[in-house]
Amino acid sequence: METNNHYDAIVIGAGPAGLSAGIYLSRARVKTLILSEGTVGGQMILTHEIANYPGVESISGYQLSMIMRNQAKKFGCDIKSNILVETFNLDKDLKEIVLADGTKYTADAVILSPGGRSRTLGMPGEDALKGKGISYCATCDGDFFTDKKIIVVGGGNSALEEAVSLTKYASKVTIVHQFDHFQAFEYAIEEARNHPKISLHMESSITAFHGNEKLEGVEITDLKSGLKQNHPIDGVFIFIGYVPNTEFLEGKVELSEWKEIIVDADMQTSIKGIFAAGDSITKKYRQVTTAVADGTIAALAASKYIHELHQNKQLQHTR
Amino acid sequence: MLYTNLKHIETADAHQKFISENENVMICCGRMGPMCIPVYGIMEDLEGQYTNVKFADMEFDSPESHVIRNVPEVKSFMGIPFTMYYKNGKLVKATSSIQSMMQVRTILDAEFSTAK
Repeated sequence: METNNHYDAIVIGAGPAGLSAGIYLSRARVKTLILSEGTVGGQMILTHEIANYPGVESISGYQLSMIMRNQAKKFGCDIKSNILVETFNLDKDLKEIVLADGTKYTADAVILSPGGRSRTLGMPGEDALKGKGISYCATCDGDFFTDKKIIVVGGGNSALEEAVSLTKYASKVTIVHQFDHFQAFEYAIEEARNHPKISLHMESSITAFHGNEKLEGVEITDLKSGLKQNHPIDGVFIFIGYVPNTEFLEGKVELSEWKEIIVDADMQTSIKGIFAAGDSITKKYRQVTTAVADGTIAALAASKYIHELHQNKQLQHTR
Repeated sequence: MLYTNLKHIETADAHQKFISENENVMICCGRMGPMCIPVYGIMEDLEGQYTNVKFADMEFDSPESHVIRNVPEVKSFMGIPFTMYYKNGKLVKATSSIQSMMQVRTILDAEFSTAK
């Protein structure tokens, strides 16, 4: 069944950028719909405690997400989460989005804030053994690995900080990193290097996971010599950064070499009437506060665009 | 305390009553963490669509959740949440760690389809 629903603006994504855009647009009486393929809150819900959001001393990412969601709804914003988008037609004046269930939405402007997701290694066995020895969250699953031997993959701040935190549970932590140096802050590197339970396996990469019911071992490849060796292991925690959720935009809006959306100072993309905000755009710093700022700018610019569009239509109509 | 809009199951007795009184049941046993919250969100969104299924959550760290943590089917699980699917009081499927909407839908359709 296909229905046709028109909005002034549709926001794709319900993280802090998308929700901020929804709050600003709806408060300005711009009829707005937020569509999210995931849960409301985006990457923000990954944070147990946010202590640097101005005006709020301490709050969980989930709670802050729910406050932002309720704020947006209070101003009249419609929100649909966990939906699946089938097609995007963004190049014409009237933007069209069709969901997998056949529901069609149109809008004068679209704000793209699809955010990002944890990068996976993409190696054989990884998906099947997720939750059975492979994890992406130390605070969630660390206690399952008490007195066990584990590997942490990555070389940034998250990897090194989580490796140290996992020593509370694990008997031995090996950090596997593809380069000969870490990208983390010096304090994190020092702490990991000096920890008696941590050993380093540099210039190496996991190239396969082994196990049936649960993880039993990994294949580690030495990236200099190409030598492959199997290692028995109880658990692997993967912290290798994030990738922007922009696959659906390839060929539609201009993306950087890192697949991030290219925007100008008004968060305008390469297509008229399409704006973008949050972690999926090209920028240096990715914080809740910067996402909120992006969403605000995108909403203000989109409001102006929609207002001018409506004025032009009225002028044409009266001529 | 799980801050969700799902029904909360707080005791082992309540768990037994819930799965025995309802034909199709999905229970997510977790914490308010990044791997669990998305699954609760998916369940909240699906509640209105799968009216033949009863949805609930249970706190992983509650001693009462031993009815989920200690069943043989989750012996190899090393990631929360533990998501359990019951039909006529019997465990028919269990998953470990975060799941996508599509993964949850696939299980609900396979296990609780009215055509079965």
